[in-house]
Amino acid sequence: MSAAVDHAQAAGSDRRIVFDDVSKFYGEVLGINRVNLVLDPGITGLVGPNGSGKTTLFNLATGLLRPSRGRVSVLGLGTDRPEELFRLVGYATQFDSFPKGMTGLGFVESFLRLHGYANAEARRLADEAIERVGLSRDAGRKVAGYSKGMRQRIRLAQAMAHHPAVLLLDEPLNGLDPMVRSEMIGLFRQLAEQGLHVVVSSHVLHEVDLISDRVVLLNNGYVVAEGEIQGVRSEMERHPMKILIRCDRPGRLAARAFEEDGVVEARLVEDEKGVLVATRDADSFYLMLNRVVLEEGLTVETVLPVDEDVQSVYRYLIGANGGGAS
Amino acid sequence: MSAVTDSGSPGRWRLWVRQGLAVARLEIGRNFFGLRALGLYLLALAPLGIILLLAWGRILGLFGAPETPPPAGDLAREYGAFFAGLQSRLVIFFVSLLVFTRLFRAEVQQRSLHYYFLTPVRREVLVAGKFTAGLVAAGLILGTTTVLTFLGHFLPLTRAAGSTDYATFLSRGGGLGQLAGYLGVTLLGVLGYGAVFLAAGLFFRNPILPALAVFGWEWANFLLPPLLKRISVIHYLQALQPVPPPEGMLALLADPPDPWLAVPGIVAMSAVFLVLSALRLRRAEIVYGEE
Repeated sequence: MSAAVDHAQAAGSDRRIVFDDVSKFYGEVLGINRVNLVLDPGITGLVGPNGSGKTTLFNLATGLLRPSRGRVSVLGLGTDRPEELFRLVGYATQFDSFPKGMTGLGFVESFLRLHGYANAEARRLADEAIERVGLSRDAGRKVAGYSKGMRQRIRLAQAMAHHPAVLLLDEPLNGLDPMVRSEMIGLFRQLAEQGLHVVVSSHVLHEVDLISDRVVLLNNGYVVAEGEIQGVRSEMERHPMKILIRCDRPGRLAARAFEEDGVVEARLVEDEKGVLVATRDADSFYLMLNRVVLEEGLTVETVLPVDEDVQSVYRYLIGANGGGAS
Repeated sequence: MSAVTDSGSPGRWRLWVRQGLAVARLEIGRNFFGLRALGLYLLALAPLGIILLLAWGRILGLFGAPETPPPAGDLAREYGAFFAGLQSRLVIFFVSLLVFTRLFRAEVQQRSLHYYFLTPVRREVLVAGKFTAGLVAAGLILGTTTVLTFLGHFLPLTRAAGSTDYATFLSRGGGLGQLAGYLGVTLLGVLGYGAVFLAAGLFFRNPILPALAVFGWEWANFLLPPLLKRISVIHYLQALQPVPPPEGMLALLADPPDPWLAVPGIVAMSAVFLVLSALRLRRAEIVYGEE
């Protein structure tokens, strides 16, 4: 990745992503309003409920949308020149759609050819990116047959295959199982250590807490808070996070969960095909879950952080200033 | 990693050509192979079926008593009328409509256009690449139809009548020249209609309505006063046919355009629509209807 960073440095001295008084309206509907943000290299987490403006912010940073007012620049480049911008930027969107009929490898490789890479180089970079996201074995399969987590990872591979200096990831952990989730978080950290901008969005505050150096909280199109993660983390400790796990033996999982420090509740859901766990230490819980899966041979269908308590943290953090403008 | 350069004018052009070809390759692979393209091929090959039916019907006397095969010149005039009435007015029009409106519209419907927008490809290059894909695909499909219908019009009768008249016409009597002329008209038709429909796919959420308006305009072209006739593709295509069709009793006659004006005219019109498309795409945003 250092090649990309060198490239970015050569492109200009500005290494920031800057939103300068940016607003975006969809007709009369507010996307984001009067956002002033400066993002430095490292991992930044964008967090907010669905509809808070996270995707709008990403789309503005990549020129998929044009601001109704204000200006966005990425490493000193305007977003209206994709031919320059996307040499330095990779964006894994949340749109869960793909060009029809393509294999994972074909998907990544064909878009590298659009960058102008010759066939052999495109193939090499595609293989490398696919390996980094752990999809090498399934690269030859049609994307249409991928699970949600695999589709998520192939989008990530496409975004990072050309070694960008800025990586924008919209809800990148959605649909990933705990093991892959932790691998991806490791990958994001690795990329940030190499000097990249990694901007990650999530509506799950705890996820952002795990990943980010700093956090930007959005609500109703406004930036309501931004800063180091520590302040948010201490607040998190007082609000247990709920995680829904659907698996073949939820009773056994519930019993094991109770042995874990930090778990304050574990109850079977109504259809008895899952268990809802409330924990003050989600990190440890995820590690424990991996252990249980291996030791007990559990088949896990989904692992889903449940919003309820995250919303209460939002209410606490956001409600103080009424969800209004920053 | 080998550098992808866009510095300097020659390097930039090389990159644009490479990117445009990559877009075209991707589009052709995705849109013109497999079951999805079956309807397109059936539509394009419909004239061949019709012309073979007509030829065999004539041989078998289905339209009356078998007659002495008409002279090659008469058959060439028949083909001219057939090409003008079916091939250029309907098949070239509708195949171009299907191919070119889908190039962008289908991507919006499938929510995959953003992948192109997230690459360092100028929007103008994207328009050029997609248009090239449409041109190659529709040109190949319709060019094949033109060749097959032309040969299908003459060859069955040649065999049935045992006449050497048609064979001579095809090999030495101007038949091949006429075939090349029809092929050229086919490609110009694809170029002209393709540019119009590519733009329609970008400017209109539902390009069918404007396409129907264009269809009506083109169909009624023979009734239009000479000045308005010039604002159409069909006027130039018919003037360029090796054997121009009769205009019909109700037609308002106009001087046919000189080929030296007709060809650059269609090319220039296509260029205007492509520039409009590129400007539109340059300003386009990705809003699939979700935040």
